[in-house]
Amino acid sequence: METQTVIYDQVHPARLDWSYVVKKGQTLKIVDLGGNQAVDFLVYNADDTSERYSAPDTIRNQGNIFVTTGSQLISNDLNVMMTVLNDTCGRHDTSGGACSCESNSVRFGLDKKYQHACVENFLGAAIKHGMGKRDIVSNINFFMNVPVSPDGTLEIVDGISDPGSVVELRAEINCLVLISNCPQMNNPCNGYNPTPIRLIISEAS
Amino acid sequence: MATDIDPALIVHDEIVPGGSYWHRNINRWQTLRILAPEGSRGVAFLCYNADNSIERFNAADTAKIQFNAFLKKGMVIYSDMGRVLFSITENTAEYHDTLGGCSNPITNAKKYGEGEFKNSRSNFLLALAKHNMDKRDIMPNLNFFAQIAVDPDGKIAYISGSEVPGTFVDLRAEMNVLAVLSNCPNPLDPSPTYDPKPVRVIVYNSAPPGADDLCRNANPEALRGFVNTDALFV
Repeated sequence: METQTVIYDQVHPARLDWSYVVKKGQTLKIVDLGGNQAVDFLVYNADDTSERYSAPDTIRNQGNIFVTTGSQLISNDLNVMMTVLNDTCGRHDTSGGACSCESNSVRFGLDKKYQHACVENFLGAAIKHGMGKRDIVSNINFFMNVPVSPDGTLEIVDGISDPGSVVELRAEINCLVLISNCPQMNNPCNGYNPTPIRLIISEAS
Repeated sequence: MATDIDPALIVHDEIVPGGSYWHRNINRWQTLRILAPEGSRGVAFLCYNADNSIERFNAADTAKIQFNAFLKKGMVIYSDMGRVLFSITENTAEYHDTLGGCSNPITNAKKYGEGEFKNSRSNFLLALAKHNMDKRDIMPNLNFFAQIAVDPDGKIAYISGSEVPGTFVDLRAEMNVLAVLSNCPNPLDPSPTYDPKPVRVIVYNSAPPGADDLCRNANPEALRGFVNTDALFV
């Protein structure tokens, strides 16, 4: 087995955005340090960001709405962007999207519009890479539990992610990854207590 | 059920052949009826604020805000700005899908083999080019007349049933909306035969939502969505 060298290892604070280019062949490990912390995640082809993660193409390709070990993250051009190598949580959402100030105002009350939200984080990170609003699409929510019932009922419910849960992804192309460590306080997606995560990038040495 | 439209109210009436696309602005409080005279195996659909197209359909918000991924009468279609694009004021199909995406050259080649089989991804690119938009403006789409079932383990499956002739959905625009429609079979439709039937698109003048409107009053979230939308027009 080839040796892996860690090239990045940081604890990322609660509520904040993060972006990084994970090169082809490198792996990104996300650790849910406190448990039940939604990690909103988008990925772009770092060499041409008009190619980006596509939730419906990912769902259709695997015939399942949940992301877990073995899932291939499919782009809008139908290429494999990343592969989930390991997942100790069990399943991750890609139907629920990201919280935004505007949708918060609808979901939780018009006075909730000025709370922090994942789309604010995504936009802030996207702007740093020359992207904008139209680059923000439906994302993955690692460690977030959104079951869908046979009648279509879809609800963000109590998490299933224990402290220390890990998901590990291998980049199959050069990937620009955007993360919003979700700041939502109005539903159980973060156990009403947003917590830090740990991000580790490794490559074969 | 109000299936008949007063001809005096109709402002546009067109047949979209199988495999083709269609796009048009629908003014606030006009209604777009999408009717499948011979049944349908899916109509892929995108929509935008016609006055500011950076505001667009958001599948995840539409499902999440209404706690349901299957669109039916009484539900609304949300933009990514916490506003309502369309209300679903009538519907004869079981439900409409927000999860399965749309066909593209690769899914069509796998299903139908070699040949010229028009697909929704390419149709969307052409339609959007006519509005100075491109692939970055294609967000996860809505699928009318496609029923995608989800089991408790998350597995998805196409449910046949919307091939019923005469099935239709009525969408009342709550802002000025650019609607983009691709009349190509859903990629999850298992039929190996490429045979999309025509759909009829009718735009007609309809009444503004009243105080007792089904969609506006469906839940507190919808009411707030309408408040946010109305604020664009005062």
